[in-house]
Amino acid sequence: MTDVPVSAVSAGLMACGHCGQVMARQDGPAPCPRCGGGVRPRKPASLSRTWALLLTAIILYAPANLLPIMQTSSLFATSRDTIIGGVVYFWHSGSPGLAILIFSVSILVPVLKMAILGILALTVQFGWPLDRRQCVMLFHVIEFVGRWSMLDVFVVALMVGLVRFKGLAVIEAGPGAIAFGVVVALTMLATHSFDPRLIWDSPRRALG
Amino acid sequence: MVASVMDQLCACPHCDALHRRPPLRRGEKALCVRCGSTLARRHRLAPDQVLALVVAAVMVFAIANAFPIVDLRIQGLHGGTTLFGAVAALWSDGRQPMAVLVCATTQAFPLLDLASMLALLLAVSRRRRPGWFGPLLRAVQELRPWGMVEVFMLGVVVSLVKLSGMAHILPGMALWAFALLTVLMAAILSFHPHQLWDEPDHD
Repeated sequence: MTDVPVSAVSAGLMACGHCGQVMARQDGPAPCPRCGGGVRPRKPASLSRTWALLLTAIILYAPANLLPIMQTSSLFATSRDTIIGGVVYFWHSGSPGLAILIFSVSILVPVLKMAILGILALTVQFGWPLDRRQCVMLFHVIEFVGRWSMLDVFVVALMVGLVRFKGLAVIEAGPGAIAFGVVVALTMLATHSFDPRLIWDSPRRALG
Repeated sequence: MVASVMDQLCACPHCDALHRRPPLRRGEKALCVRCGSTLARRHRLAPDQVLALVVAAVMVFAIANAFPIVDLRIQGLHGGTTLFGAVAALWSDGRQPMAVLVCATTQAFPLLDLASMLALLLAVSRRRRPGWFGPLLRAVQELRPWGMVEVFMLGVVVSLVKLSGMAHILPGMALWAFALLTVLMAAILSFHPHQLWDEPDHD
């Protein structure tokens, strides 16, 4: 190996995305000689798929936050909680730690994740001169934290299963919960469609 | 011998930089010189040891799903639910998509993952790679991100804190089983199945 690494693709090779086997580059999908999976030099239509999934997630993010995720009916009253309502509840009921946890995974993580993925996609699309190593690091971060946003969906599911005292108190899931679950799933799919190798493919532009 | 040259190379999955395939001992990992991502790793445990963990996890999974997670008492009334009870409640309330989402991420995908790992590791321990080996391994890699036992476990803790103000709570057997399952799954999921291709396929 030389000191300056070359891409497999520029060396006329490609690696299987399933098992890592290196083989001669072909433009269409070719079967991997080791594991039999379809191999392409890059993920197909990576940018357009990422954008489509990301934009859908951003649109759905509005109802996910505005609609109630949970509805509690007791003898005297019915109350509806949104995601931010849950955070406020924990903050005031003496569990600031849980309030911060839920704020982080339900609000901070999805927003940061969509913003970072958008920046990465724009970087590839317009050749922005961002540090490539840091871009890959950001990609690893959003890959790792994305799943934790599903926390609120599981909390609602458990509350619905547990609090079913007919006539006394019943908790039902609100439409915001499924919208939020779908947002999390869409951002995970968008991250999965994004090919970080594209960050390294464009010719490097000089920094400022 | 074109094939053998190819076998000595590997490309970084995150930046495509070409490297000579590094020889790794168990517990070691190699980093990409260009982007710093993990290039290749070999798990600390041998496949047979992971197999033991998978067998244990299947049994714990059964317990976690068969018993109530928590018992709840409010003013003489008492209730409790299994994970499947919560899914069924969502379904009967007309929240079918959410029931499917919860069932898939906490039950179906983790169970499929464990069952597939069982089959793959058994095949490797017998030093065989039948025709289904490749497709099944690829399927595990695809569905793995969607199993969320550890996130669910955190959800259980949050729910209990939320309910502790208004009800008397008795942790059920499944709560401990889920805690144990979270630990076992963390160990099993850190074993990336594509390493199985580097194990010998004959004696």
